[in-house]
Amino acid sequence: MSLLVAPTALLQHDLTLAWRRRAEAVNPLLFALMVTALFPLALGPEANQLARIAGGVAWVTVLLANLLSLDVLFRGDLEDGSLDQWLVSGQSLPLLAGARLLAHWLATGLPLTLAAPLLASMLGLPEDAALTLLAALALGTPVVSMVGGTCAALTAAMPRAGILLALLVLPLMVPVLVFGAGAVEATLTGLSPLPALLWLASGLALALPLTPLACAAAIRISAQ
Amino acid sequence: MTAESADDRPPLIASTRLAFARGNEPIFGPIDLSLGSGQVAVIEGGNGSGKTTLLRILAGLLEPTAGTIAWRGEVREPWRPIAGDIALLAHQLGLKSDLTPTENLALVVGLSGGRAAMPIRAALAAVGLEGFEDLPIRRQSAGQRKRAALAGLLVTTASLWLLDEPYANLDHDGHDLVDRLIGMQLRRGGAVVMTSHGHFAPVALPFERLTLGGAA
Repeated sequence: MSLLVAPTALLQHDLTLAWRRRAEAVNPLLFALMVTALFPLALGPEANQLARIAGGVAWVTVLLANLLSLDVLFRGDLEDGSLDQWLVSGQSLPLLAGARLLAHWLATGLPLTLAAPLLASMLGLPEDAALTLLAALALGTPVVSMVGGTCAALTAAMPRAGILLALLVLPLMVPVLVFGAGAVEATLTGLSPLPALLWLASGLALALPLTPLACAAAIRISAQ
Repeated sequence: MTAESADDRPPLIASTRLAFARGNEPIFGPIDLSLGSGQVAVIEGGNGSGKTTLLRILAGLLEPTAGTIAWRGEVREPWRPIAGDIALLAHQLGLKSDLTPTENLALVVGLSGGRAAMPIRAALAAVGLEGFEDLPIRRQSAGQRKRAALAGLLVTTASLWLLDEPYANLDHDGHDLVDRLIGMQLRRGGAVVMTSHGHFAPVALPFERLTLGGAA
């Protein structure tokens, strides 16, 4: 379909760029593993104590790891004139924004999701809870990329917006954190994680059509 | 300007009483500009006279304070370029330094709808980047980067080129190259709007001159 030619080209371009900068692209993942490794060291390796807070720890870690890569998601494109080219092209801006957000998830959210078993074992989570964490991250990290990316587009024109971006994104991520950690917690206490996971899924269903539109508006403002 | 472009077809792009102000300070305008196929307009003026601002308004990146823009005779408000119709060469070239010219131009082709006016390698050869197609942009000189961006104009099928200081960073051959590319664009029925701080203008081509006042 001709409508998808430009977003597809952008996705391919972004993934090539991420591969070319792969030393930089693995930083969020290494950061998440590093921070998670600090908790057993700080709290002692008592499995019970760790496992009780593991869901929350994993989610906070993943959120912070995402923040690291969000600040530069649109800033570079604004500074080197790429965003001007997106706008002049006359292609659907929400679709281009969607392609960029998808590329961010593929390069950041997906590796973090796949690392869930590793994070879980570092925090002493039993197998069923580790599986819940994997499912929760699979549903929640796309929302983090989409909402966080939209905020990043809004702050792209501001110099040194790193802290501001964190102040903007983290409150918006509270529902994802609550249901994401809640799902793991429920599994640990023998309840069904399904309600929490469904809440995450509905958040994803809401973000999927809305954030590209908001992100496109933010890009247009930043590029002026 | 030429006999065949003075027929009854509406101009490619036309502005009516276009003006821009930053806060209460007027930058330029009102400007009436009309450009048909095969024509060149050169926007002249000193630093801060609003040349780049005018170009960004024509590109649909900035909203004018007053006035309208018509594309092929049809007023569009707000003005947004139609897919693949306009190509912009700005000071920021829109190239990724970690990618090669070939990879950068692949996105240019994609953004213009996937139909290339000429193959990427041919366009790069035409701007003198033969042998540098697969060298990352970061390892190329400012002039070579500019040439890569010029190749980006060639691969699009855009009917209007908006060029911001196209001669900057280029050597003498480069100036001739820009003139040659503009000539090619006119022959294929396109039009060109370019800014210049006054020293350079297309030598061999007839062009319309638009001088912005301000701090000239």
